[in-house]
Amino acid sequence: MSILVNKNTRVLCQGFTGKQGTFHSEQALAYGTKVVGGVTPGKGGQLHLGLPVFNTMRDAVRTTGANASVIYVPPAFAADSILEASDAGIELIICITEGIPVLDMLNVKAALKANGTKLIGPNCPGVITPDECKIGIMPGSIHLRGKVGVVSRSGTLTYEAVHQTTALKLGQSTCVGIGGDPIKGLNFIECLQMFEADDETEAIIMVGEIGGSDEEAAAEFIKSNVTKPVAAYIAGQTAPAGKRMGHAGAIISGGSGKAVDKIRALELAGAVVASSPAGLGEAVLAAIDKKK
Amino acid sequence: MNLHEYQAKTLLQKYGIPVPRGQVVAVAKETVAVTTEIASDAWVVKAQVHAGGRGKAGGVKVVKSAAEAQKLASELLGKTLVTYQNAPDGQPVNQVLVEETLPIARELYLSMLVDRTLERIVVVASSAGGMDIEEIAQTSPEKILQEICEPLNGLVDFQARNLAFKLDLSGDQVGAFTRLLKGLYRLFKENDLALLEINPLVVTTDGKLYALDCKMSVDDNALYRQKTLAEQRDWSQEDSKEAIAHHAGLNYIALNGNIGCMVNGAGLAMATMDLIKLHGGAPANFLDVGGGATAETVAKAFKIILADSNVKAILVNIFGGIMRCDIIAEGIIAAVKEVGMQIPVIVRLEGTNVDLGKKMLQTSGLNIISAEGLTDAAQQAVHAVRSSASENGAVAA
Repeated sequence: MSILVNKNTRVLCQGFTGKQGTFHSEQALAYGTKVVGGVTPGKGGQLHLGLPVFNTMRDAVRTTGANASVIYVPPAFAADSILEASDAGIELIICITEGIPVLDMLNVKAALKANGTKLIGPNCPGVITPDECKIGIMPGSIHLRGKVGVVSRSGTLTYEAVHQTTALKLGQSTCVGIGGDPIKGLNFIECLQMFEADDETEAIIMVGEIGGSDEEAAAEFIKSNVTKPVAAYIAGQTAPAGKRMGHAGAIISGGSGKAVDKIRALELAGAVVASSPAGLGEAVLAAIDKKK
Repeated sequence: MNLHEYQAKTLLQKYGIPVPRGQVVAVAKETVAVTTEIASDAWVVKAQVHAGGRGKAGGVKVVKSAAEAQKLASELLGKTLVTYQNAPDGQPVNQVLVEETLPIARELYLSMLVDRTLERIVVVASSAGGMDIEEIAQTSPEKILQEICEPLNGLVDFQARNLAFKLDLSGDQVGAFTRLLKGLYRLFKENDLALLEINPLVVTTDGKLYALDCKMSVDDNALYRQKTLAEQRDWSQEDSKEAIAHHAGLNYIALNGNIGCMVNGAGLAMATMDLIKLHGGAPANFLDVGGGATAETVAKAFKIILADSNVKAILVNIFGGIMRCDIIAEGIIAAVKEVGMQIPVIVRLEGTNVDLGKKMLQTSGLNIISAEGLTDAAQQAVHAVRSSASENGAVAA
């Protein structure tokens, strides 16, 4: 098993014929992902990468039977694309786009809740179940099918976690990049819950960063709901207060969102917290050892 | 992006929210005309900088005459105001706002922001105006009132009344407060604000409400559709290197250390800073070059890092991902040559074709150290800075 995506996931690409959509769809197809077509308004009826292009998500879903979509459209149009996918009955939407206005996401989240749609992102690398389905911009080659579930707010730090667990031959069950925005789809808790319920996942790595209190909430959840070993890393221990560190959500404000508080909360919840991003592999080994 | 007080107050007026009569000036002698035009017993002269704590730093003062106003304005204009929020560097005062003074009976606190946990716009109010909200939260948390706005209906009248009565407003003030709050909510949404703070919101002795001070910041992600606001950005209030980086399309934040960092990805960039600290060094900056890392962007990034004279070594940390490491190595080598690099560059590469990339760096004949992994990279960077310090020490001796 795995979580969220597998070999049966049928994926549509929104912004299919654009530069990003084209490049990453090619990569996904080469990896073996079941990409079944895409949407670019005005280009319906054409073939792109040998697959059908549709004008609307309703047409695309009706014709292809897709159950997931990935969004590569510019920030000004991304909220509309998420809502269109949700309206068409897509169960899982992965939004890669960075730079969506916060107030757009407030409205989108409220609509998704009403439709019961799952969203990953925005401003994220995507989701991958190694050897089965890669949706997003992560390099497929560094992954190894295995037993660690990875959930992270940062793209490149997800790659570090993957790289290290691959080197240790632990491998990954599924990796979810939940994204660096303050208002986002799936959060740590939902992913932890799915990993806890997944037979193949034997241990979990969660990578957080400064800003907000999602890691503290995750720590509370781990304490009472997660029996599997958890390793963690929190980026931004040296970040100054009041500055937005690249990600829209990575900011210490009014004394909250500090790395030190997140680390303490996770340690109190029984997670092994790596002091260095180079120590994620060792931390997950230590976490597994601790639970024996 | 932050707005100045005078810019924020112009917006408030547009939405029907009462503010003291006033005028912003950039030349001291213009205060004379302002004090003539705005009849008042006294005026307040307020330095316009993007920082709180202006009053305690001498940036806000009451004056009794036109001459006094001009004198104070000439003292403030062109100076750097250092407050507890922007210390030690401070920010330049290029404008002062001259306003009438009002007979104040009470000071209230009011703000609106996006709460990331609730995923809602939240209104925060308190009867303890004039103090920092963090201070109120510490000393008298029971005085903090909150209303959560549902996206469908937005801020509703009853929520404004809830706050008004708890703030001990009465009579006409309740209606006035409701209109004010609904205006603020409209302003917040239509201008894509991330934060709006009125502190204090005053009740005058004749029972009127006025926004005496105002802070606004706009969601950076929405600036593409808030063009008028984007044009009001005052770059003089921001770190000059950060401003240059912004215009070059790079994400850069200046810090106080001596190891420059160039990294792809915001999370990894923060982690690299932490790693340097963990190994006894001090990062000079945060810099995310993004996924591309072409020769052109790397060269731009190097130039920005090198503009900081404290930098004694540069640590480049790139997780190649889909981009091949040999192409990244090519970019780094070209950029090191282009900028005429005088200090050591430590490079950690990972990803596709990593061996070829490392070999290209090692055989480049340049002052580039190819590191084996993250820890080695940080240790090599810290070592490079220490040995350059001891060399300089030897020369001085």
